[in-house]
Amino acid sequence: MAAAAATGSIALELTQSLRYVLRLADTALIHAQRLAEWCGHGPVLEEDIALTNLALDLLGQARALLTHAAALHGGGLDEDSLAFLRSEHEFFNLTLVEQPLRKASAHAPGGDFADTVLRNFLLATWFKAVWLGLSTSTDAELRGIAVKAVKEARYHQQHAGDWVVRLGDGTAESSGRLKAALARAWPYTAEMFVCDAVDTAAQLCGLGPARDTLRPPWLNEVTEVFTLALLVVPADTPFISTGTTGRHSEHMGFILAEMQVLQRQFPGGRW
Amino acid sequence: MSAGTPPAALAAPAPAQAEWPLWEVFVRPKAGLDHKHCGSLHAADAAMAVQLARDVYTRRQEGVSLWVVRSSDITASDPGDKGMYFDPMADKVYRHPTFYELPVAVDHM
Repeated sequence: MAAAAATGSIALELTQSLRYVLRLADTALIHAQRLAEWCGHGPVLEEDIALTNLALDLLGQARALLTHAAALHGGGLDEDSLAFLRSEHEFFNLTLVEQPLRKASAHAPGGDFADTVLRNFLLATWFKAVWLGLSTSTDAELRGIAVKAVKEARYHQQHAGDWVVRLGDGTAESSGRLKAALARAWPYTAEMFVCDAVDTAAQLCGLGPARDTLRPPWLNEVTEVFTLALLVVPADTPFISTGTTGRHSEHMGFILAEMQVLQRQFPGGRW
Repeated sequence: MSAGTPPAALAAPAPAQAEWPLWEVFVRPKAGLDHKHCGSLHAADAAMAVQLARDVYTRRQEGVSLWVVRSSDITASDPGDKGMYFDPMADKVYRHPTFYELPVAVDHM
């Protein structure tokens, strides 16, 4: 990308700790960006506001984490340079959050309200476990962010979980759509519980939980809501997505282009 | 109801509603103050109404507690009765306790 070179994509010096924080920051950031696509398009006015509230909560979490990541990295970075001037392979979000949510595409069918509430529920339940794990982090800044964010995640989980039950135990149309959404989302959940060198290092030094430790509480709570929603927990799939290592699906470039275009065209622009 | 109506019609499910019912929302701004009416919203049931009230009416720290009630459950006075209900009170200033000499000690009552 010639324009990217001209406007100076940053290159990070990545430590294990920085990768750990960026995985959470980027997952919150890209999830927020996808949810924000609903703004003005919600099925009813009240839910439109609710979805946008969730997106803003996640954006706030992303800002706090990116600011902390910038401090860990040093070298004059800040939340904005990390969000707008990094290139795709230095984003470390879960692949699930970059999948199209509101509009279907050839490679990601669906993109309806059922996909939205289901993804929100799966991720809020995951984030809740993450924040609870981080509430005893050796990093005081992460502890502070987690204590605030866990309250937000609890509400996200309740709101999205209620919708999952309503759609799952609703009409033939709504439960059919929810089942289709689950079939699409489930293969991407494996990545939420991969344990790699970054996780092991974080767990060892007390920075935060390794992802595999999040699975039992996550599965318990997901199963509880799925039972009410008349959904069956799908079998594990061999596919494991790789967004957290910087290798993304074909959708990531497009969402970054949309997110970053202003700062790339008008470097340092403020308003 | 006519005598010829088959009993089955009584048990027929209500037709699907085109829109969710309306709820009135009451917010308590802080502990010790009353819940005050602040608006209304549409929701499928009470649980959803409370959640959406949280998102629509308290996202700028407006409250610490929420009540919702179905708008159809509120019985209101008839605007046509306004004259006989409220106008007679206009000339009864003696109902305000302003004709008493208060001791200095309770001056700020």
